[in-house]
Amino acid sequence: MLFWTIVKVAFKSLAANKLRSFLAMLGIIIGVGAVISMMAIGSGAQAQVLARFSAMGTNLLVIRPGQRGSGGVMSGTQLNLKLDDADAMLKEAEGIGAVAPVVSGSSQVKYLSRNTRTNVLGSSTTYFTIRTFEIDKGRTFTEAEVDRHARVAVIGPVTATNLFGEDDAVGEIIKVKGINFQVIGVMKSKGDQGYFNPDDQVIVPYTTAMKQLFGLDYLREIDIQAADEEKLADVQESVKQLLRKRHRLQADTPDDFSIQNQAELLEARSSATKTFGILLGSVGAISLLVGGIGIMNIMLVTVTERTREIGVRKAIGAKNRHILLQFLIEAMIMSAVGGVIGVGVGVGAAHVVGDVMALQEVVETFSVILALTFSVGVGIFFGFYPACRASHLDPIEALRYE
Amino acid sequence: MILAKALVKEYTLGGVIVRALDDVSIEIRDGEMVAITGSSGSGKSTLMNILGCLDRPDSGSYELAGEDVAKLSTDRLAEIRNIRIGFVFQSFNLLPRMSALENVELPLLYQGDRQARAKAKAALETVGLFDRMHHEPNQLSGGQRQRVAVARAIVTNPAIILADEPTGNLDSKTGKEILALFEDLNAKGHTIIVVTHDPGVASRCKRQIHLRDGHVVNEPLGAAANPVTEEKG
Repeated sequence: MLFWTIVKVAFKSLAANKLRSFLAMLGIIIGVGAVISMMAIGSGAQAQVLARFSAMGTNLLVIRPGQRGSGGVMSGTQLNLKLDDADAMLKEAEGIGAVAPVVSGSSQVKYLSRNTRTNVLGSSTTYFTIRTFEIDKGRTFTEAEVDRHARVAVIGPVTATNLFGEDDAVGEIIKVKGINFQVIGVMKSKGDQGYFNPDDQVIVPYTTAMKQLFGLDYLREIDIQAADEEKLADVQESVKQLLRKRHRLQADTPDDFSIQNQAELLEARSSATKTFGILLGSVGAISLLVGGIGIMNIMLVTVTERTREIGVRKAIGAKNRHILLQFLIEAMIMSAVGGVIGVGVGVGAAHVVGDVMALQEVVETFSVILALTFSVGVGIFFGFYPACRASHLDPIEALRYE
Repeated sequence: MILAKALVKEYTLGGVIVRALDDVSIEIRDGEMVAITGSSGSGKSTLMNILGCLDRPDSGSYELAGEDVAKLSTDRLAEIRNIRIGFVFQSFNLLPRMSALENVELPLLYQGDRQARAKAKAALETVGLFDRMHHEPNQLSGGQRQRVAVARAIVTNPAIILADEPTGNLDSKTGKEILALFEDLNAKGHTIIVVTHDPGVASRCKRQIHLRDGHVVNEPLGAAANPVTEEKG
């Protein structure tokens, strides 16, 4: 009962001094607004990065040959990653879900009079699942087609548009390096990754690619999918030891290959985002501090203005803690209202900035709750001293105050 | 029952010690209607503050309903003001931005009374302002504001109503109405103490206590001018 009366009076006295209350809240509004909008944009950017990484597969290890050369002078890629290595991994390393050998090269691809230069990639049937490619039309090639060096191709949607326009590509014959391939499937779009566009490529069985297209006996990379995402590091170690053994490396010789771990890359990115977040958090904290001082200032003015009211309240039986509670609640409401307005301003600002930066901002409930909690906390902290002063006023002097 | 013995209160004003109350002894029985009079500087405000438990005497004893309140804690004094005493001020002292009803129920809210609203309505009915209970003070006339203040003073059903120049800011007609209200309340058993310098107001009370330079004049301890036989329940 008393509590609600206090809350009601607090709102009325805020409304009675609108401009003053607004100016006092401005610090909180700006602080909360800045934190909310920056966090929303930060989360949006992180979500975008995450989406890119998961488009490439998260429980993925990519093994590439090492660099040739010594003494810091690199003179090209070694040609030491073989098909046997890939087979051995599947048989001997632990915790492996799937393995895909990869060869690739750039090539002219023709359909009738139209042609395009694109990346031609040779791999196994597992490549599509490891790299999370989905099929839009048609199908992927089969184990049998890989075994018999079939001339079949699965093409990216961009390549399909380049060669076929709006027409259906499945079943048509294209020429790669002058050799006929039948298009058996078109993949779903994954979106441009910036440095590489997975939608613009032609994927053929690695057997066909190695023997008929490029004449290679080494691989560009081996993609490995761990059976359990949690055990990615164990798999990485197991694969590393296996390759060192197979390549007959001495204990003091460095690896002649490299293993890229998607989870590690992801971690590096998210720790960068975390640092960014801490930076923004401290900017917000400083704004809230300044806002809190603004609220303290206005509460001191309010207490002085309402000295007589405090005297009356004490005369009719208010204890010190009643007065303390009243002014503390008023400070808290001021900062909470500021916080709510700040959240609104922040969401709006994030939307505008998100549009400009072409990313989808993500306003997390957690950040809203955090900002509101902090602003209320600031109100309590900075409202305490003025409220304390009010509660210790002498009733007689307060009643006499003009 | 108010029993004050040898009250002394001193102030330091500009380095000079001023004795506002010097050995003041007063006895006021339940159900009396008393005026405390005196010119400004006579010590009547100081006496009223002590009788109203807003202040403590430097020495002397003050018993209110059998309890020695001279040395109680600040919180306990607040409780006594809340339960045993109702204040009516010259300048009404209603709280702004709160309706008449909310002003009147405030003392009960500090007690945590669950029937605050009903009791506040009853008190407003007693002072004849039931139909104005949702008005805020600035929508009421001076006389109406003082009636609301009286309602606030009686809402906790206190034994004593302490009024400080209650008619000082009112015209003579509304002043008389307020005094009539006090007489009604006195008839219902409330002890009324009116602090005033207006002889007209003082003469409406059955007993006067005169103060001059911190002393009671013509008012020896225990000599009630009009002893009241019936005790308030």
